Amino acid sequence: MTKAVNESLPTSAVTEKIKLSLTKRHRSEMMFKSTGLAAVVLGFILVFVLLFDITSKALPAFHQHWVQLEVDFSEDNLRYSEGISLEDLRYRSTLRKAIANQFPDVKSRRDKRKLYGLYSTNAEFAIKDFLIANPNTLDTIQNIWVRVDDDVDIYLKETTSLGEPLVRVDVKEAQWIKSLVETGRIDKRFNIEFFTSSDSREPELAGVRGALTGTMLTMLVTLALSFPLGVAAALYLEEFAPKNKWTDMIEVNINNLAAVPSIIFGLLGLAVIINIFGLPRSAPLVGGIVLTLMTLPTIIIASRASIKAVPPSIREAATGLGASKIQTTFSHVLPMAMPGILTGTIIGMAQALGETAPLLMIGMVAFIVDVPASITDASTVMPVQIFLWADSPERGFLAKTSAAILVLLGFLFLMNASAAYLRRRFESK
Amino acid sequence: MFYRKLMALSLAAVATTSMAAGRDTISVVGSSTVYPFSTVVAERFGKATDFATPKIESTGTGGGMKLFCAGVGVDTPDMSNASRRIKASELKMCKENGVDEVVEVLVGYDGIVFSNAIEAPNISISLQDIFLALAKEIPNPDGSETLIENPYMKWNEINPSLPDMNISVYGPPPTSGTRDAFAELGLEGGCKAYGWIKDLKKKDKNRYKSICHSVREDGAYIETGENDNLIVQKLTTNPKAFGIFGFSFLDQNSDTLQGSKVNGAYPTFEDIADGTYPISRPLYFYVKKAHVGKVPGIMEYLEEFTSEDAIGDEGYTTDKGLIPLSSDKLEEMRKSVMSLQSVSL
Repeated sequence: MTKAVNESLPTSAVTEKIKLSLTKRHRSEMMFKSTGLAAVVLGFILVFVLLFDITSKALPAFHQHWVQLEVDFSEDNLRYSEGISLEDLRYRSTLRKAIANQFPDVKSRRDKRKLYGLYSTNAEFAIKDFLIANPNTLDTIQNIWVRVDDDVDIYLKETTSLGEPLVRVDVKEAQWIKSLVETGRIDKRFNIEFFTSSDSREPELAGVRGALTGTMLTMLVTLALSFPLGVAAALYLEEFAPKNKWTDMIEVNINNLAAVPSIIFGLLGLAVIINIFGLPRSAPLVGGIVLTLMTLPTIIIASRASIKAVPPSIREAATGLGASKIQTTFSHVLPMAMPGILTGTIIGMAQALGETAPLLMIGMVAFIVDVPASITDASTVMPVQIFLWADSPERGFLAKTSAAILVLLGFLFLMNASAAYLRRRFESK
Repeated sequence: MFYRKLMALSLAAVATTSMAAGRDTISVVGSSTVYPFSTVVAERFGKATDFATPKIESTGTGGGMKLFCAGVGVDTPDMSNASRRIKASELKMCKENGVDEVVEVLVGYDGIVFSNAIEAPNISISLQDIFLALAKEIPNPDGSETLIENPYMKWNEINPSLPDMNISVYGPPPTSGTRDAFAELGLEGGCKAYGWIKDLKKKDKNRYKSICHSVREDGAYIETGENDNLIVQKLTTNPKAFGIFGFSFLDQNSDTLQGSKVNGAYPTFEDIADGTYPISRPLYFYVKKAHVGKVPGIMEYLEEFTSEDAIGDEGYTTDKGLIPLSSDKLEEMRKSVMSLQSVSL
């Protein structure tokens, strides 16, 4: 066919060739466009599926069932007499009496034990705290709401026909739960404690406050160390350092450092920061320093690129008006490079936010109940908390794990939003 | 300006860092198998007393011992959990680093179960069957004292009473303590049944160990990471597979999983406690005597941990799947712990 065309129109062979290839070029352009679009759509679908999956799994964690107990705080029950501190009374037997009073028909030892199991192990401490907070209720009968056990909580959330056995709740227990529900002694409440309490081995008590505080402290240390150090290093290398084989070598090394697996930094932290400098194990301070080592190369590389992108004319104009090198750098170059630097910082920080591997070496993968008050207290961070819960045998932790992931994503979102806000402010200047 | 403020802040943070001289929180490291039990005790201890809640790290038994034996002082842990007894070499390492006296606490037992989904057939299996199914090399079936590559692909090829299913077992990787214990008690238990291999133990211990502890690598045994929850999930979606994990996971998932009978005994609370169920191991933790009185609350913590309330027959750790000691043994153990007798092997 081409031959025929060539013969009839020998003069415009080139035009003809272009015309022929035109459809092919259009087609490949279409292909490229649609592949790109498909990639974007696929990405969105995956993110959506992920979020939907996590959210749907996390929802049960935001509610918790409570049960009402009629507790008899008589001096007799508590073995109270003048002079004894309210701390040291017999709360466990008082609680057991209150539970047994709700089910007077349960007699055998085995059944009684099962019955006590329906109430959270924390109930004992709940009634203790109530009495200590309200000492005038001594010698009265009070209605107190306590949490149900995690197995009961799951049962109430999943069951379709009350009174039937399901999961780890057998027929007897199911009947007891049913009678509690029918007498209106069970209440479903928003689980605010998930945000106000710390880790616990009981799923019904576990919360993220300790881990979230630990994450904030660790991130604060990381930001406070890596941002000024990273920006200073980038400014020096771009603006002040002479270009020779030493600075070339430093550049190559920084680029390599960005690719080092994070666990290596953990080993370094253990060997140098804990063993040689003697900083405390499991502390956000040490975690922050280790994560600084990890984020520093990312920040330096991004900052250098963004400083390099500031047009030389800016520097020349400033110098022309009599500004010194340092004045030019800090009042002209740095503000203009700031949006790019902030982007690099947020990428580095987001990476650090999700790290668990280096923290394993420095003892932050641990069961810690008390909320850290300073950067030298023992603490964990959110990803570690997620890891520990995902590893627990109790089924109640399944929902807690997903809920903790949502909290971590929320934290990341806040961090990104504040960076975006700062970037906008610098750009409008 | 923003970055100036940040710079000032970072300088302030570095300047105010003071080193913590003392420590008022008990620090525990060690086995991930003991972790679920010691955390429960720690939490209760923190709530019921005025002491801070102990900090518990899950580092694995070996890693814990290394940290524990690194020396005496507040920058080293006070206790180390272990899913096996302390080794003579570890005790020696402790002594070399100045940790002269170590108190041993036996807390209870843990069973390792062989389990599958509840809708699949329940099987009764012997340790020898388990060895034949999972070992890398097995004794030649013709009776000669030689080894062949494990040829079995189906359960009923090993033992006609087992189901006609492909051998497919999810289990822990070699880094796990559960795997060590399973190799020692499960595989070795079946391996010892062959007289000539048993005789090897005295003559050539390394060869004996490599025969008895090596697991096949042709895909019949699938390593699933340290996360037992993952094995549980795999089993519920794949009724043709079996899994190997700790008893507490079977206990928590008894609605979807069933334990297989091993050597005629089901993995139940009672049978693991009295030793009828063959694959069970003791759980310990070790305490540095030199730290008693230096770090507040150690004696009180020991008292709580060894109490009837915690690890007795109906203690709260049994709700988490710990198999309790008999009451005589518990009484004896408590006495020796409270008088801080140091361990000698």
